[in-house]
Amino acid sequence: MKFLPLVWAALLRKKVRTILTLLSIIVAFLLFGMLDAVRVAFTVRDSLEGASRLVVSSRLSIIQPLPYADLAQIRRIPGVEQVAFANWFGGIYQERKNFFANFAVSPDYLDMYPEFVLPEEQRQAFLDTRTGAIVGNNLAKRYGFKVGDRIPLQATIFPHRNGDNTWTFDLVGIFHTREARDRNQEDQMLFRYDYFDEGRTFGQGTVGWYMVKVDDPGRAQQVAQAIDRLFANSADETRTQTEKQFTLDFAKQIGDIGLIVSSIMGAVFFTILLLTGNTMSQAVRERIPELAVLKTIGFSNQSVLWLVLGESLLLAVIGGSVGMLLAMAGAGALSAAFRGGAFAVGAQSWLTGLMIMLVLGVAVGLPPAWRAMRLRIVDALIER
Amino acid sequence: MRWLEQILEITWMSLATIPQRLGSALVIVGGIAGVVGVLVALLAIGEGFQAVLAQAGRLDDAIVLRKGASAELNSGLSREDVVLIAQAPGILRDSAGNPIASAEVVVVANLPKRSSGTDANVEIRGVGPRVWELRSNARIVEGRRFETGKRELVIGRGARTEFDGLEVGRTVRLGLQDWTVVGVFASGDAHESELWSDPEVLQGAYNRDGYQSVTVKLTDAEAFDTLRAALSSDPRLTVDVQRTRDYYATQSEDLTRLIRILGMAIAAIMGVGAVFGALNTMYAAVSTRSREIATLRALGFSATPVVISVMLEAALLALAGGVIGAGIAWAAFDNYTASTLGANFSQVVFAFQVSPRLILNGLLWALGIGLLGGLFPAVHAARQPVTSALRAL
Repeated sequence: MKFLPLVWAALLRKKVRTILTLLSIIVAFLLFGMLDAVRVAFTVRDSLEGASRLVVSSRLSIIQPLPYADLAQIRRIPGVEQVAFANWFGGIYQERKNFFANFAVSPDYLDMYPEFVLPEEQRQAFLDTRTGAIVGNNLAKRYGFKVGDRIPLQATIFPHRNGDNTWTFDLVGIFHTREARDRNQEDQMLFRYDYFDEGRTFGQGTVGWYMVKVDDPGRAQQVAQAIDRLFANSADETRTQTEKQFTLDFAKQIGDIGLIVSSIMGAVFFTILLLTGNTMSQAVRERIPELAVLKTIGFSNQSVLWLVLGESLLLAVIGGSVGMLLAMAGAGALSAAFRGGAFAVGAQSWLTGLMIMLVLGVAVGLPPAWRAMRLRIVDALIER
Repeated sequence: MRWLEQILEITWMSLATIPQRLGSALVIVGGIAGVVGVLVALLAIGEGFQAVLAQAGRLDDAIVLRKGASAELNSGLSREDVVLIAQAPGILRDSAGNPIASAEVVVVANLPKRSSGTDANVEIRGVGPRVWELRSNARIVEGRRFETGKRELVIGRGARTEFDGLEVGRTVRLGLQDWTVVGVFASGDAHESELWSDPEVLQGAYNRDGYQSVTVKLTDAEAFDTLRAALSSDPRLTVDVQRTRDYYATQSEDLTRLIRILGMAIAAIMGVGAVFGALNTMYAAVSTRSREIATLRALGFSATPVVISVMLEAALLALAGGVIGAGIAWAAFDNYTASTLGANFSQVVFAFQVSPRLILNGLLWALGIGLLGGLFPAVHAARQPVTSALRAL
């Protein structure tokens, strides 16, 4: 630590160069932080609630409805604690680009999701109002929805039986998620299945999917198999998956986001390694006589090694941390720009970032530091 | 003219010294290669997706959906609707007077993907008997067409590469039924991601009795207005009609825009980093040559050629980087096949396209970064007082 002033002095030797190097490291970590936030947002997390929930959909395909009559049969399966159901609506609010998830749900659907927090009187209002709907806080903020508003949705799949394509819902509640990292779940609108089923022109008495809560998450697989066995060889075979698996499979269908992000990161860090590596060796080259003087006055070989290595580590850590801090701000901006995004630079990203900073510092600093250590005083001084 | 000569001389001289400072020159080349490579590769995704959907659309074809439905999967038309639509004016008819139209059923099935082994959605399209005239670019490349009334499928070339177990002669299980794959078709567009079959048999398997869309061939591109007027004035129908070109273009809009924004943003941030790198390198290049430059100035070379020559050097190095980056992106990703969820909630197979336009775009970025990185060091070099620079070393 006592060498810190010396390392600092070396960095300030050529301010322009140090600043430019620092800026390119900052840029690299800004990009890393934001991309990692995107990757994390697309990663499915383990949660206690998620592990105890199963999604039952048609074996044929997700778009195929299931009979309402399955409800009672699923309820009777041992290990099933509760069954709710939902049906995709896919309505459009004002314009096609305002897409958000909206679907009809059974009255007890919200009981399945303790992670959604809704004031008790609003929960009651949802049960009492046939045309009632609730939206997530994110969505409410984006469109300025307030409790009491009437929200019209244009049907894309289900025209209303009165011949009109517009369905109108009364907003009775706004929920938010218990944890901030689940904020992307606040981007949906739920309304009542009975109102929906009565108003639609076809498909009455069918539901899109069932949500099953099991009493023991450890037995989720057995319950899932029992459900699928029950409907095997019927006209409506089912496919039951844990909520996590269901989400994972869906993310896989969109494309491999992790792979795309890590390839970009590879290209970015290759570039940065090249930029800073060259600058560092340049800086050492220029200071060879100085290093020789340090050795003459008694600095050991190892101290010189650490001196040079410390310089690159310091650059990497300062630049990296500033970059990550900027990325935190950038992720906030990203969340605002992309509807429904909840991007955040979390502890995990910081940890990975820190590791990369250290690796970067060592990878870049070691070759010149090694050269500085091996330097013979006489040769180095003669060069002058 | 003397200027030009001076510029060439100085530039030539500095280029000749590049081998001596290969390391720092490679920083510009490598840094910019990284930026251009990422930019071109990302934009190639959007370009490929857009192209495969654009190929599916034509000016003289029209698609009819239920009013308000943004994709076929959301739409629903009854048998009566379909009959009315096919009789509308503006539709091309064959010599026997039958309209060239295909009433189609669109459903989704779960099949395991080759790459991941997990199930993904594949689109099955029940197509009318006239479909081979309607979509004349679709042709059988293996096996034969499906027969009416049988549980037979012909599979698109793209679907075959993406999904496991899709081969001629194999069976596919839909619900409780076994369907046989009897042929493979190629069409060079988004339909290659689909499985085609007899619509009536498909309705049976999915327990439905309606259709999703009707695609018709128009007598000519202008006949669209006639058809639209006829359909919208018919009180028995509530439908939307679009040219297929517009319909398929809309489907690629969202993803293409997202990728374009993402690609540009990432490349811009990386580009800023590369500018810093180029600045660093060029400052170093200028400072090691400050005595040389001062000597030139003392000999009577003026300041402007010095500025221009430094920038020219930066630009040349940047262009080299751009060519390498675009080249790597082209070699690695041109025609790289991938698939994602399309508007019909099923996989659309497409190939990344590194088009000449994208490469040009990447080279322009490289040039911009190079010139920006060269400008300040160049001015710095020219502004150095001759006497102090000569004395400095």
